[in-house]
Amino acid sequence: MTTTVAQLKRGQKGIIKEFADGILPVKLMEMGCLPGNEIELVQVAPLKDPIYINCNGTHIAIRRSVASLIELEIIEDSPI
Amino acid sequence: MSKQIKVALIGNPNTGKTSVFNQLTGLKQKVGNYPGITVEKKEGICKLPRGVKAHILDLPGTYSLNTTSLDESVVVELLLNKNDKDFPDVAVVISDVENLKRNLLLFTQIKDLKIPAILVINMADRMVRKGISLDIDLLEEKLNTKIALVSTRKGTGIDKVKELIADYKNLSVEPNIDTTVIAPEYFDKLKSTFPNEDLYKLWLVITQDVNFMPIEKNPITIPASFKTKSKPELKRLQQKETILRYQFINGILKQAYKVDVNAAKGLRATLDKILTHKVFGYLIFFVILLTIFQAIYDWSSYPMDFIDALFASGSEWVKNTLPPGVFTDLIAEGILAGIGGVVIFIPQIAFLFLFISLLEESGYMSRVVFLMDRLMRPFGLSGKSVVPLISGTACAIPAIMATRTIENWKERLITILVTPFTTCSARLPVYLIIIALVIPDGRFLGLSYQALTLMLLYLIGFGAAIFSAMILNKIMKIKTKTFFVMEMPNYKLPLLKNVVYTVLEKTKSFVIGAGKIILAISIILWFLGSNGYSDDFYNAETIVKQKIEKEGFTDFNVESMKSSLNSYKESLHDSLARNGAILDKQAITDSLQVKEILLRQKAENQEIASYKLENSYMGIAGKAIAPIVHPLGYDWKIGIAVLTSFAAREVFVGTLATIYSVGSDEEDTIKNRMAAEIDPVTKKPLFNLASGISLLLFYAFAMQCMSTLAIVKRETNTWKWPAAQLVFMSLFAYIVALIAYQTLK
Repeated sequence: MTTTVAQLKRGQKGIIKEFADGILPVKLMEMGCLPGNEIELVQVAPLKDPIYINCNGTHIAIRRSVASLIELEIIEDSPI
Repeated sequence: MSKQIKVALIGNPNTGKTSVFNQLTGLKQKVGNYPGITVEKKEGICKLPRGVKAHILDLPGTYSLNTTSLDESVVVELLLNKNDKDFPDVAVVISDVENLKRNLLLFTQIKDLKIPAILVINMADRMVRKGISLDIDLLEEKLNTKIALVSTRKGTGIDKVKELIADYKNLSVEPNIDTTVIAPEYFDKLKSTFPNEDLYKLWLVITQDVNFMPIEKNPITIPASFKTKSKPELKRLQQKETILRYQFINGILKQAYKVDVNAAKGLRATLDKILTHKVFGYLIFFVILLTIFQAIYDWSSYPMDFIDALFASGSEWVKNTLPPGVFTDLIAEGILAGIGGVVIFIPQIAFLFLFISLLEESGYMSRVVFLMDRLMRPFGLSGKSVVPLISGTACAIPAIMATRTIENWKERLITILVTPFTTCSARLPVYLIIIALVIPDGRFLGLSYQALTLMLLYLIGFGAAIFSAMILNKIMKIKTKTFFVMEMPNYKLPLLKNVVYTVLEKTKSFVIGAGKIILAISIILWFLGSNGYSDDFYNAETIVKQKIEKEGFTDFNVESMKSSLNSYKESLHDSLARNGAILDKQAITDSLQVKEILLRQKAENQEIASYKLENSYMGIAGKAIAPIVHPLGYDWKIGIAVLTSFAAREVFVGTLATIYSVGSDEEDTIKNRMAAEIDPVTKKPLFNLASGISLLLFYAFAMQCMSTLAIVKRETNTWKWPAAQLVFMSLFAYIVALIAYQTLK
């Protein structure tokens, strides 16, 4: 099973894997969500959606539906 | 020296671009719209060293030249069109030292357009605290540009920017990146088809519409042979381009940008924890909302009363000073009343924008959107709809303009369509007067019935907005991809200068924009009410005088004359007693007689005015619509007030004042006059619970605001949506009011 940003827990980090072209909005990439970059889940809104991530130093909020399209490799020894 | 250097300020949102603009231009700025669309256009003049002047254009914030919104497409269109009169001699790209990497993406794109570009790195004052060190020389060399390190908060570095602008001819126009490597074959083909064109520009033209369904912009026509690639393919290439650019930027920043990760990042995390907390977050938001309401309804009442009194006395002054005649009436009753009707809203609008700009400047607004997004979604709305819906309680016009930040067209359209249901401040005077008239005094759990009714009306408005959004969401078949991506900016202490400028600018645009319409309506109303064609109208004076001789004054006038004569008598006795003066009986009687003559004169004039109005164009129109409004419990006079309210709701009270000829806009007098109005058929008071509730509900739902319709047309670029709003909302209002009246009657 693949892991996506939607499955991160608060404070957990991961590295974005290669993703299939054309799925993600280009704006997300402009903000720095590119393969190889680190993503940290900062905060989850009440009712679990949207989520607030720190990607490559940029803090953005995205909806869970988009988050589940970003595959990543969880960094195991993340704090908390 | 008349030639000005044309400068365009470009940058990501939240980089302090507006602050830089304000510091460069001061108050010498002009805010307008780009022709045909509602994207704001800010321009200003800046004095540079050696007597040179620059014309500064503040372009909307954009993350890149890959357009995803209307605001962004304005930037791209300008930069692609060399013949545009605003095409810049030099681009000043504003970046924020903490987000330099992301900001440079846009910078490299501008560079590749071969426009001379200066890089401004803003918020330099944060570098020490955030542990950031920069090698400016290396950056300048690698990016092939000139850099100014600026802190708008501390006011440093602006002189350097001016220096660089004045010196723009020495800037390199070499591109940073060769984009063609992402698809060599494709670009080769382009080159052979259009040998004279710049390849990167062509690429931008071709990909303009890939991510963005424009609703209102002039499409750049592309010869069919260009479209050799499908949209998904182009999108993929755009992503490739983005990756390529980041590779270039990362390579540079690795050497030139160092950040000490151990430096404090505490404040943001702590604030985020509290402000987006699942309990405290909503609680804080609620308290802030309460404060805003309090400001709009309570604090602003002091300046509003002052303005009201000012215009009333101004109108009185004109009538007493200028020679009587049509012209004087036009000024006093048409124009001054009209301007007063606009100016009265300034305090509320100013307060609203004060709060909104504070919330936006501080970075809090993004947190609200974050909190509300999931709650709004079942209704087809976005978290970003919260701002317009809140603003709508002041005025729907700025609220609808605030929907521009919603990227999803369907969510945006629904927000635009339902916002007019929220109780705007123009409904307030109508509500207040009718509630005072028909809702009994008395308390429930310590809260007055009247206050509860008012609150209920606000809830009904909001409920109607949410409910209709839900229905629209079900029936509208618009296919849109949701891509809610929102930057969560750092918390910042709002800059006073920026806040003041925003408030000034928005208030000005309201006064001029909405003001024109309200003024025009006032003049038209005045004309229709003071002109007629029938003999009854022209001979009003004789007819009324004869009637008074035969039948006496109307019951209301008899009563009011009696009471004012009594109070005059009392005050006369009081003042005499206070001064210890002794006046003989004869003198008192004389004085009372004089007063009575004056009162009779006034009452006569009022009845003449009233009779004239009844037979004026407006009166005739009112009687024509009487059968339509009769089932709702209104007579022709209220019918006229309701009809004129379709221009703007706030006209209601003023129109009734004219119709009932009470001669003053003062609420209490109109209220008394309305309370005394008798239904000619039932011989009971016309305003009772049934007709009052029916009127309240009608105003709660009906689409009575020309300015809102005009703004919806501009934002959606079709008359279809405003027409739908007008028809559906008003029909709905009619039906609800009808049911209410008929069941309560």
